[in-house]
Amino acid sequence: MAAIITLSLLGIVLLYIGLYKAKKALLPTTLIGLLVALGFEICDWGKEAVPLFHGMVIFDHFALSFSILCILLTALILLLSKAYFSAISTNIAEYYCLIVFSLTGALLVNAYHNFAILFIGIEIMSVALYILAGIRRKDLYSNEASLKYFIMGAFSTGFLLFGITLLYGATGTFDLSGLRQYVVDTPQGISPLFYAGILFMLVGLCFKVGAAPFHFWVPDVYDGSPILITTYMSTVVKVASFAAFLRLFDYVFAALNDFWTPILLAVIVITLFVGNISALMQTSFKRMLAYSSVAHAGYMLFAILSLGANSASGIFVYAVAYSLSSVVGFGTLILVKKYNGSDQFIAFNGLGKSNPLLAVTLTLAMLSLAGIPLTAGFIGKFMMFTTAMNDYHITLLLLAAVNAIIGVFYYLRVIVHMYFKSAEEGTTPFVMPLNFKMVFVIAAILTLAVGIYPQCLIGLF
Amino acid sequence: MDHIVQNIQGIPLNHYLIFCSIVFAIGVIGVLIRRNVIIIMMSIELMLNSVNLLLAAFSAYRGDASGQVFVFFVMALAAAEVAVGLAIVIMVYRNTKSVDLESLSKLRW
Repeated sequence: MAAIITLSLLGIVLLYIGLYKAKKALLPTTLIGLLVALGFEICDWGKEAVPLFHGMVIFDHFALSFSILCILLTALILLLSKAYFSAISTNIAEYYCLIVFSLTGALLVNAYHNFAILFIGIEIMSVALYILAGIRRKDLYSNEASLKYFIMGAFSTGFLLFGITLLYGATGTFDLSGLRQYVVDTPQGISPLFYAGILFMLVGLCFKVGAAPFHFWVPDVYDGSPILITTYMSTVVKVASFAAFLRLFDYVFAALNDFWTPILLAVIVITLFVGNISALMQTSFKRMLAYSSVAHAGYMLFAILSLGANSASGIFVYAVAYSLSSVVGFGTLILVKKYNGSDQFIAFNGLGKSNPLLAVTLTLAMLSLAGIPLTAGFIGKFMMFTTAMNDYHITLLLLAAVNAIIGVFYYLRVIVHMYFKSAEEGTTPFVMPLNFKMVFVIAAILTLAVGIYPQCLIGLF
Repeated sequence: MDHIVQNIQGIPLNHYLIFCSIVFAIGVIGVLIRRNVIIIMMSIELMLNSVNLLLAAFSAYRGDASGQVFVFFVMALAAAEVAVGLAIVIMVYRNTKSVDLESLSKLRW
């Protein structure tokens, strides 16, 4: 809880720093605040997990590990922001403040134990992002991204709320323990309202995590927003939404899996194929990453499909692998876009010669996304496939394997462009700034470390 | 207060359920088929308000106040959301002189 309070205060402090025009102090203050919040989260690790504040929030190992991941990712993303925000706007305090507020919402979503907190957390997380997506006010692409994100966000919140209402109508409580008790006590006479509620919750959460057929906003919003904001959306927001998804289905709906398994199965298959095949056809790196994030949502849903003791650790490892690689991917795109002025694949030509470190870290990130052994992405995919195997979803596994192969194609395309094609005429070689080097090296080391010693993460739960 | 609860209970719960579902469906269809952003926002409000009414009805029937408290959360957050949403619409209008979704649509494939 202390972490959430720290972050809320940090946001207000940042606004005051902006008011007094101390622009140099913004980034250091934010990073110190994030570190303090991280410290509080780690301190809570040893404590007994009981629902606090009349059962509103719970800080179990699940919530804490996902919160720590969210905070670390935000810190990495903000490290990339050093010269980024001041280049696109004069009011840079708002960026930091809104990102910190959005992170506060993400932590609430990770730790909810009552639907009120789930709803409030999702709203805090998204309302800040509606503004961030459209923060380039004169840019029509940014405008469109913001508008679409707003409409789709509000629309999906409507579904989520209708689901919550129906569950309330069936059980008379918003509390997760109460709902679980209802499912356990009345295995035969579960009200039809409850089933309808599950369906609406499923639709709302699929919207939030960007799973097909509710993914249509993802590519447009990710493509139109400023790249750094896209990074934040595709990592922190997605991780938090998956934490909420898994907590709800694991804790409350697990006993009714006969009802929702077929639906989720269909969602996963559609998501995998739509995400991978669309990603294969892109010529823009940014849009390719957007579709690949849809595809990865499909893989992460495996853990929810076959719930078990390994679901939480599986989804956590997958989220770590996916987010670290995404940060590197989008970070590279920031540099390439800045110096070569384009986000197409051809803008990456010749990077292997001019920027060896950048090329190596991006290669590692792409291999991790593709799921090649010795990287974190392989361990994530392996754990997901094992959970599905334990439940005998053999057809699904075959389809997923086909998709993994499609994935390798478009991730390797970037590497081919970097190493085997010479630079276009008129592009200038550039030097990687120090903060980028730092973030990329940290991400690369973590990716390899998790790939070689996955026990350090699996043992957390 | 008892008077109000009795009034609410004067109508069968199923009627509330059917009515709210219809209003919600009208909201969903409005979002999906209309292209004017203001009307889309009105449709979203319709969805949220059907939720509010249903929550109040369930709450009155069960004699449990938490549903009504949730209505306040929904109203407060919907207001916050719409404030940001209208700001976005104004920003779009300044750039395109239109509140039509099709006027943007730069991002395709």
